[in-house]
Parts: sequence; C-alpha cells; structure tokens
Amino acid sequence: MLKMKLSDIINSLSLTVVVGDVERDLEGVYAGDFLSRAMSRVEAGDLWITIMNNVNVIAVASLTDAAAVLLAEDVSLMSDALEAAREKDVTVLSSGLSVYELCVALGKFGTAS
Amino acid sequence: MAENVVFHFDVDGEDFSSAGGASVTVKKKLRQLGIAPEYIRRVAIAMYEGEINMVIHANGGSADVIVSDDEIKIVLTDTGPGIPDVSLAMQEGYSTARDNIRSLGFGAGMGLPNMKKYTDTMEIDTELGRGTTITMTVKIA
Repeated sequence: MLKMKLSDIINSLSLTVVVGDVERDLEGVYAGDFLSRAMSRVEAGDLWITIMNNVNVIAVASLTDAAAVLLAEDVSLMSDALEAAREKDVTVLSSGLSVYELCVALGKFGTAS
Repeated sequence: MAENVVFHFDVDGEDFSSAGGASVTVKKKLRQLGIAPEYIRRVAIAMYEGEINMVIHANGGSADVIVSDDEIKIVLTDTGPGIPDVSLAMQEGYSTARDNIRSLGFGAGMGLPNMKKYTDTMEIDTELGRGTTITMTVKIA
C-alpha cells in the first residue's frame, strides 16, 4: 500500500500533468491496457499506467475512481478523451518512460496494492 | 426509501465514444442516494461491461436500474444476434470481438465474467436472432 500524494511521484519521476488535480492521495498502482481487466483491478485511489489513450480509458478511470491515469511512452491523449477527462475530473499524467520503467521507478515507494 | 428509484437509459450502438456514459450517470445517482461506495463500484463495473457488450455485439440496447431497499437491479436488453454458447462466453478470456474493437482496449473476454463476479445474481436470457436480456442484482445491506 502506497501512502503519498500524486504530486510526490510527479516530482520524483518528472511526470507531465496533462490535466487534472494532483493533490490526491495515492493508494496503489495498476498497469495494463485491456479495459475490462483494468475495470476489475483498478481500485479507488490507484495510479493506472497504460498506453491506451482513447475516451474509454477516461470512462474506466472515472468509474473505478482511479487517482490518475499515467500514459507511458509519451502517448498523448486523444482530443475527445482530453475533453472527457476535463468533464469527469479525471487526472491524466504522461511520461516518456515505458510501462516497465515506470513500474521499476515506482517500486522504490513501496509495494502496490 | 419508500418507493423504488428507477433509471432508464438508451445505449447507442454506434458510438464508442459515449459508451460507458450510462454507467457513469448511474454511479453519480447512486452516490446521491447515499449508497455505500463498495456497492456503487460493483454496480458500475457490471453495468459498464454490459453497456460495452451491447455496443460491441448488439448495436445498442437499453439499460434499466431499479434501486430498492435491499437490492440494486440492473436489466440490460438488446435485440442483437444473441449469444450462441453462453457457457463459452462466460469463460474468462473468450472473446468474439473483432480486431478493430480490440485495438480500442476491449475484447479481453472479461465482460460477462466481470458481470457475474461483481453481482450477487445474474441471469442471461438469450435467443439467436432475437436478442439478449441480462438481469443482475447487487444486494445492499
């Protein structure tokens, strides 16, 4: 279980804030791209690392109450997804690192839920 | 709650960008009704999966959510092709979604299994060429 704020890992990993609030507490991490998997595995307060960038990602993040979506490999959010993220108050971050590199970097903060 | 609270949604079969919209709305409404978060999460997951299934496979349909004192009932109705083999469709990882659907992140073969996993009861009434009705309940304390 992680106990920190999103802003802590944003600073530590030099993440880009695409949209949204960064003062939320972070509870855990999930990495994966299939939406149904994410739907059942992302817990409230989790950081969800993915390379999927469409509007459905925002719906899943909203429904699971994820703390944020972290887009790996410099993937940029599609414009309708960005709009949806603003509407639904979903925080989206991005990084040039791969999913693996992000997970390794996050590992030093503790074990994910 | 003296009377049941009922929500009805039409699910647009053409539009992947709005898929999940009914689930997001239900989540908000249940929160306003003061339903506990763990029940809301389960209803939202089950309903989202059902909604996506109707968009992928059945060209849309309708969703009704009935909130009573002791349960939340979700009824999903479509006039799609029906499910040829329900037991196969219930297996995790089995999917008939096309490649263009998979590229959107769907088609993990977790839709029906997730719906069953996150609800207390699930009944599938399906007929080839006629459509499918799925009725799920989540018991609330």
